[in-house]
Amino acid sequence: MRIGVVTFPGSLDDRDAQRAVRFADAEPVALWHGDHDLQGVDAVVLPGGFSYGDYLRCGAIAARSAIMTEVIAAAEQGMPILGICNGFQMLTESHLLPGGLIRNEAGSFVCRDQLLRVESTSTTWTSGFSAGEEIIIPLKNGEGGYIADAVTIERLEGEGRVVFRYLGYNPNGSMNDIAGISNERGNVVGLMPHPEHAIEPGFGPDTADAMRSGVDGLRLFRSALESALAH
Amino acid sequence: MTTSPVESSPADAAQIDMPFVDGPLVDTVERAATNPEREQPYAALGLKEDEYLKIREILGRRPTSGELAMYSVMWSEHCSYKSSKVWLRQFGQKVTPEMTKNLMVGMGENAGVIDVGEGWAVTFKIESHNHPSYIEPFQGAATGVGGIVRDIISMGARPVAVMDALRFGAIDSPDTARVVHGVVSGISFYANCLGLPNIGGETYFDSVYQANPLVNALAVGVLRHEDLHLANARGVGNKVVLFGARTGGDGIGGASILASDSFSASGPTKRPAVQVGDPFAEKVLIECCLELFRDDLVEGIQDLGAAGISCATSELASNGDGGMAVDLDRVLLRDPSLTAEEILMSESQERMMAIVRPEKLDAFMAVVGKWEVETSVLGEVTDTGRLIITWRGETIVDVDPRTVAVDGPVYDRPIAYPTWIDELNADSASGLARPTAGEELAAQVQALAASANLSDKSWITAQYDRYVMGNTALSYPDDGGMVRVDEESGLGFAVATDANGRYCYLDPYQGAQLALAEAYRNVAVTGATPVAVSDCLNFGSPENPEVMWQFSKSVEGLADGCLELGIPVTGGNVSFYNQTGNVPIHPTPVVGVLGVIDDVARRVPSGWQDEGHNIYLLGITSLELDGSAWAGLVHGHLGGRPPAVDLQREKELAGLLNGGTKEALIGSAHDLADGGLAQALVESALRFGIGARIFLDELCERDGIDLATALFSESTGRVIVSVPREDDVRFVGLCEARRYPVQRIGVTDGLPDAAPSLNLQGMFDISLADLRAGWSGTLPTHFA
Repeated sequence: MRIGVVTFPGSLDDRDAQRAVRFADAEPVALWHGDHDLQGVDAVVLPGGFSYGDYLRCGAIAARSAIMTEVIAAAEQGMPILGICNGFQMLTESHLLPGGLIRNEAGSFVCRDQLLRVESTSTTWTSGFSAGEEIIIPLKNGEGGYIADAVTIERLEGEGRVVFRYLGYNPNGSMNDIAGISNERGNVVGLMPHPEHAIEPGFGPDTADAMRSGVDGLRLFRSALESALAH
Repeated sequence: MTTSPVESSPADAAQIDMPFVDGPLVDTVERAATNPEREQPYAALGLKEDEYLKIREILGRRPTSGELAMYSVMWSEHCSYKSSKVWLRQFGQKVTPEMTKNLMVGMGENAGVIDVGEGWAVTFKIESHNHPSYIEPFQGAATGVGGIVRDIISMGARPVAVMDALRFGAIDSPDTARVVHGVVSGISFYANCLGLPNIGGETYFDSVYQANPLVNALAVGVLRHEDLHLANARGVGNKVVLFGARTGGDGIGGASILASDSFSASGPTKRPAVQVGDPFAEKVLIECCLELFRDDLVEGIQDLGAAGISCATSELASNGDGGMAVDLDRVLLRDPSLTAEEILMSESQERMMAIVRPEKLDAFMAVVGKWEVETSVLGEVTDTGRLIITWRGETIVDVDPRTVAVDGPVYDRPIAYPTWIDELNADSASGLARPTAGEELAAQVQALAASANLSDKSWITAQYDRYVMGNTALSYPDDGGMVRVDEESGLGFAVATDANGRYCYLDPYQGAQLALAEAYRNVAVTGATPVAVSDCLNFGSPENPEVMWQFSKSVEGLADGCLELGIPVTGGNVSFYNQTGNVPIHPTPVVGVLGVIDDVARRVPSGWQDEGHNIYLLGITSLELDGSAWAGLVHGHLGGRPPAVDLQREKELAGLLNGGTKEALIGSAHDLADGGLAQALVESALRFGIGARIFLDELCERDGIDLATALFSESTGRVIVSVPREDDVRFVGLCEARRYPVQRIGVTDGLPDAAPSLNLQGMFDISLADLRAGWSGTLPTHFA
């Protein structure tokens, strides 16, 4: 399976996302923001960072880039798309996902090992988890507070489209402790925490077992791979 | 210009479009010759009269205003090291062939480069941004990060980590919160946005830094040997290319005086003296530069920092074939009203200057075009030996670039043994009341853990990204930061920074060596082998002979110490004039030590990870409380002589730790420094929430000390390690074979059926929950 990772000017975790794809035994393909070309990939990851310096609004300029025209079209055809942090912001800015992300409630950037509950396993990116499973994924953002109108929140909750929820501590003031959501079809998932930083023992979050041993993030990428193989 | 364009005649309008052509404002080389006695504002630009006369002597005429601008910034203390040079030479002199065998680039370039094996090299440097960070903490700290990162890129390296050594005023002073918030969010903003993991550093509060915070930023980069680049302009006919952000009026210190004193009234007035950073522009510049290096499109490269184009052109030319011709009209401007002098002096951020072969220019332009980085060819390399800068068709600078960049003034400033220091040294802390009762000992252990300087710094580090790039093997709160360089082999580096201004105040020679010893030890405990040093020397005014004495002693101590440890100083920076009125800061030489580890998988954390380990104290504890955190906190005392330092012992200790980690005998290792054994035990316990039972009777008996001394003394050459029980015999055997003092002082088993605690047998039992509440509560209480 070939998974594309888009690099925008100001992307930071693009190489990390490529590494995660590799660790999941898929083939990473570097995609460029200025191209109208998905190079025939089977799925796309929109990585974290500060695309275009986060000018205007986080993800707003990236959402209008050449590559995103293709990503939006592919998403509508059912291609698995994962937006991580800044990528999640792009997904809301391009209306593939509802709502938006605002400045953290505390006002400052936060980096921490975050406990999450997997609320939905019916998406392409979470099918390998069991429902209600608790996982640890690094989180690092300045504008990660999820916000939406009451109707949208009710719909997301009612349709089981809240995919990840913060447990124990809500690091950014997100409504309903929402850490990640999906579209109706379940092929597009956006989340603020960074699964690509929990893929390799020694470089992931601390767990109860050992320091930096957390690899829960790898299963998002494996899920996409397994979903593809199943089809 | 007094006439407004609306009312003016066509002739006037033409003058407004090019207001400098006929006015007295363009000071050309020709005019300097024909109008030799024109008064020049050299004093306002910070030049002394004899320095100004020297410039006239070099040129054989008065300088043009552009030349004066260049000389004034390049001969400033900051750029020329004129007061420190005579002392800094020791770093180059006190070396052995052994010390330099892995040194690819030493002092004098943008940053030192060390061969770390497997075809990889690591470059690192620490630099100050103190004064801007007091005036405008956010931008001051942000651009401090930006500047040091560009130094790293200039070497051909990919920046991979940053670290900060910060010193603020008293934690409870009203102005401290302003500076702390600004500095921390500035670093957070800039480094996070660059995608560089922040892997540690230090934060220290003391009223001596109240109006003089120290913001020292360290950056590390990695490169393949063949990617090494240097800042020189070689090859006649090669193009001089300026790329990155446009040049604006920010960061012009002296130039604002220049502009308002003698130049255009219609030009920009008072510019902000602190630069403004755009990390997005820098991130794009990093990726763009790395692509240029990859495609071999650059012959020489230099970043633009202090003194901007003045510095870049004169340094590149001096280090190369010696000549350069530059047309200043080609500089892309953010503000078209800038004068030539201001363009020369602007410190606008996120700019680089490259030397490019003409036949590679198209390929170069294609890469910068891909990254949408604005670029302009300013001129070319010549063999005339002159740096010639033209503006609006006339020559405004014609100098030998070496006289600007290399052969600046050098001062052997007077030094004086401080009148107060004997009395200070006589006032030892050893006579201060030391507790003996368990309750009192426990209270002091907890008070130290919750004190400003020993408390948890995660309120700060949680604002920094430590994950990005996916190679961080250790970061705060471990003693040193560690980053993987090679994903296949696991090759990596570790870095730590340390300084203790209190020790240096008592004895600057020994204090500098103590900082070196601590940073060295902090690298060694991670399992890495220390290989190189970068230093940031923060002092008061060099015009004060007592400060100059402190400086000379610190440099001497550091140079002697590096020689003894066998690791070279590869670069760094000097920051003088850190004082308020006549009161200088404590001398604060911050020492960064870089180590290499063959496989980061064998890194050792600084806290206990598992129950059932034995805890050993390596080294000897003596009654050494002078200058200690304990004396400061409990008695408000600062006097006496700092702890003895034995660098041979430090080397042996590092060797022992290296052996122990290679044989996988060590579960954790924590260096003993500020707060002594007590603080090391607290931090080891809180790292992963594993308690311990400690017994110190044998130690006290062996070393002839009381319990308070065992807990709070800051004797050097000491580390606590935890060792799995099954490795006990081997570990003790290793220590004995290397003749390093070793004493078992406890176990990481808690008391049965009790919450984890730090238990000192027969004396106290403090629950980790209580300990953590105090330790982690201090910073949020003051700043959250």
